[in-house]
Amino acid sequence: MASFFTTRLFFISLALVIIAATLPLYVSGYVLGLLTVAFYFGVFAMAWDLLFGFAGEVNFGPTFLIGVGAYTAGILNAQFGWSVYLCIVLGALASVIAGLVLALPALRVRGPYFGLTTLVAVLMLQNFIVVFADLTGGEIGLTIPDVITINAGANYWIALGFMTISAAILYGLSQSPVGLVLQASGQDPVQAGALGFNIVKHKLAAFIVSAFFSGLSGALLVFYFGTASVGTVVDVAVGVNVIVSAVLGGRRTVLGAALGAIFLIVAGEFLRPTGELATFIVSAVALLVVLFFPGGFLGAALSREARS
Amino acid sequence: MDMKTSNRAVLEVRGLTKRFGGLTAVKNLGFEVNSGEIFGLIGPNGSGKSTAMKSVMGIERPTAGEVIFEGENVAGLPAHKIARKGFGMVFQHSRPLNRQTVLENIMVALLPDSLFMLFPDKALVDRAKWIADRVGLGAVMNRRPPTLPFADLRRLELAKAIARDPKVVLVDEPFAGLTRGEVDVFSDLIRSFRDEGRAVMLVDHNVKSVAALVDRVLAMYLGEEIVTGKAEDVMKNETVRRVYLGGAIETHARPETSFKDKVPLLQVENVSVFYGKAQALENVSIHVHEGEFVSIVGLNGAGKTTLFNTISGFLPYSGEIARGGEKLRGTTPAKIARSGLVQCPESRELFGEMSVRENLDLGGQHLTDDKRATQLAWLFELFPILKERQGQMAQTLSGGEQQMLAIGRALMMQPQILILDEPTLGLAPVILELLSKALTKLRQTTSITVLLGEQNVTFALPHADRVYVLEHARIVWEGDPGRFAAEAGADFL
Repeated sequence: MASFFTTRLFFISLALVIIAATLPLYVSGYVLGLLTVAFYFGVFAMAWDLLFGFAGEVNFGPTFLIGVGAYTAGILNAQFGWSVYLCIVLGALASVIAGLVLALPALRVRGPYFGLTTLVAVLMLQNFIVVFADLTGGEIGLTIPDVITINAGANYWIALGFMTISAAILYGLSQSPVGLVLQASGQDPVQAGALGFNIVKHKLAAFIVSAFFSGLSGALLVFYFGTASVGTVVDVAVGVNVIVSAVLGGRRTVLGAALGAIFLIVAGEFLRPTGELATFIVSAVALLVVLFFPGGFLGAALSREARS
Repeated sequence: MDMKTSNRAVLEVRGLTKRFGGLTAVKNLGFEVNSGEIFGLIGPNGSGKSTAMKSVMGIERPTAGEVIFEGENVAGLPAHKIARKGFGMVFQHSRPLNRQTVLENIMVALLPDSLFMLFPDKALVDRAKWIADRVGLGAVMNRRPPTLPFADLRRLELAKAIARDPKVVLVDEPFAGLTRGEVDVFSDLIRSFRDEGRAVMLVDHNVKSVAALVDRVLAMYLGEEIVTGKAEDVMKNETVRRVYLGGAIETHARPETSFKDKVPLLQVENVSVFYGKAQALENVSIHVHEGEFVSIVGLNGAGKTTLFNTISGFLPYSGEIARGGEKLRGTTPAKIARSGLVQCPESRELFGEMSVRENLDLGGQHLTDDKRATQLAWLFELFPILKERQGQMAQTLSGGEQQMLAIGRALMMQPQILILDEPTLGLAPVILELLSKALTKLRQTTSITVLLGEQNVTFALPHADRVYVLEHARIVWEGDPGRFAAEAGADFL
């Protein structure tokens, strides 16, 4: 663990964070706004990679966890006027509870069925929001009275700080002894069991951690946008973007997932002049990476290091 | 070492039974293993030995019976609880963490089952280093698994299994994929586990390969114990000999010169196949004439299935495979099968949720309606039971009926060459007789060329014109089935 602070990966990450922290001094508010969203997406993708890359479980419904966190925080603020920070914490907790309720039965089923269960959960949440429009704002979306701040620079720094801390915790966790056990459980459950590890317990813990960060990030995002809507935090398409980010950045790397998310969002914006084609081009790039470099951006680099 | 007085049975298994649906894989098995003893569980493929071992470890939940460890019945507990009580298992296939070093891989095995172990303990690192040295990984402990040779990966499995100092060590096929020299080294390692006072239980296919290592052996067949005793006594046992070698075998070989084709119909020349680092076939050459019945005899793991899958076009290989003088390389498996080189795989691969008739029709899908009807009528004559079962779902058939259906489906493709991979796997003797009769009929009434892979010699020899013996990825014997027992039989006990 301690050796991490001497690796190239650490210095590169540190340099990137420092450079990123200085951006508000010389780039436009538009770019900052874009990156703020990208950073929250980075946390979604990292939390997802903990489940897919380490626990070996494909969660097709990352937006279930994100959406529960986002809407809980948003509704509590809009309906009861509770403070922003309390709402954010409660949003994250709601996401953990929802994750637990989903994962307990879902981890009992094997293989693709776990993924299908998570996918169905997203559809249920989406329907719930549309049906209970009085509470949730329905298809139009929920307008949230409070925001953390309206200063673009401050919002950017909050997002960057949040992503950096999340990355440090999630990466540290993945490299810690518990992370190794989790990885072993994901890779060969039978052998991990025979080595004396309760696989369900470890996977459940991973799900809870993933839910916490997804929900927290979702809640923060809502207070940045000032609205919560199905199209931004719940829709299956949003979940697909999270998954593509993580795979693009590199499975089992955690940090790569954040890079993937930033790439996906920034590239999408750069290509905006191409109009409808933007999504197509980004998707095509993602497809090519997945087909020819299944390890992703960071995965390819790390496994080359592992072989040497 | 005075084993009689100082040791008591650390592991006692009584009435162990494991059923999968209607199939009883392990039936009322009982044995005990003392500390400081190496105990072998031996049986041909499909005899239930691996299932028995998994049931002891808790990977499979026993249907009935007791697994008593130091006086406590642990049967029915999940694997991780049994492991924590003092069991370690060496797996045959290793899947180490590739981005972690050998040392870190060993450390994983040492960790407590806790969610709050965030920083590794210095004591754990020292212990992991000691274990690495102990199994001969000292020099490579900072390397990552993808850079290691196969034998070192196997050592890593040993290291993980003994990491938490288990009282019982279970080893699944200790020597699979190892060279002769490596076998000696691993034997010494396993002996040293015994000398430390652990109870060691091995699972393997035949007595001979582990005879020098084990103190006692239990030979099993079709889920049941045949005999338990010292290796040499078990090898002398009549039933064991019959299971492995069969009784007096009547052979009907036609001399090779009676086949008129100048170039053999199927030629396999110097074929080698690797699975990652493990060599599955080493310079294998065989040939089969048109209309000939050739048996490839070898134990589980010898490479039979690999050879057949290579011929069927599923695996990359070096060397050449030619059919009728034309090289097969580059032809897709589907094209090979459709052109009349049809494999009936060991695992049968039936379409379980389709009816018997639908399975057969799929086999004859490329035929015209008339031809398919004729072929089907002929097939029902060969396997009358399939006619009765036409409407039944394939997965509800008995094992023997499923095997007949698998062969039937292959025959519906009107093969020129039929490859049968272990058709007798896990089947009762009565069914074997039925299958045997069908093969006799096939040989006498059709011109189909047959390549049969078997570990059951009794089944493989009577039909064969010629026999190859495959052992540890190589062809070690070729000849007339009549000479087999005298020249190659001893290796099969």
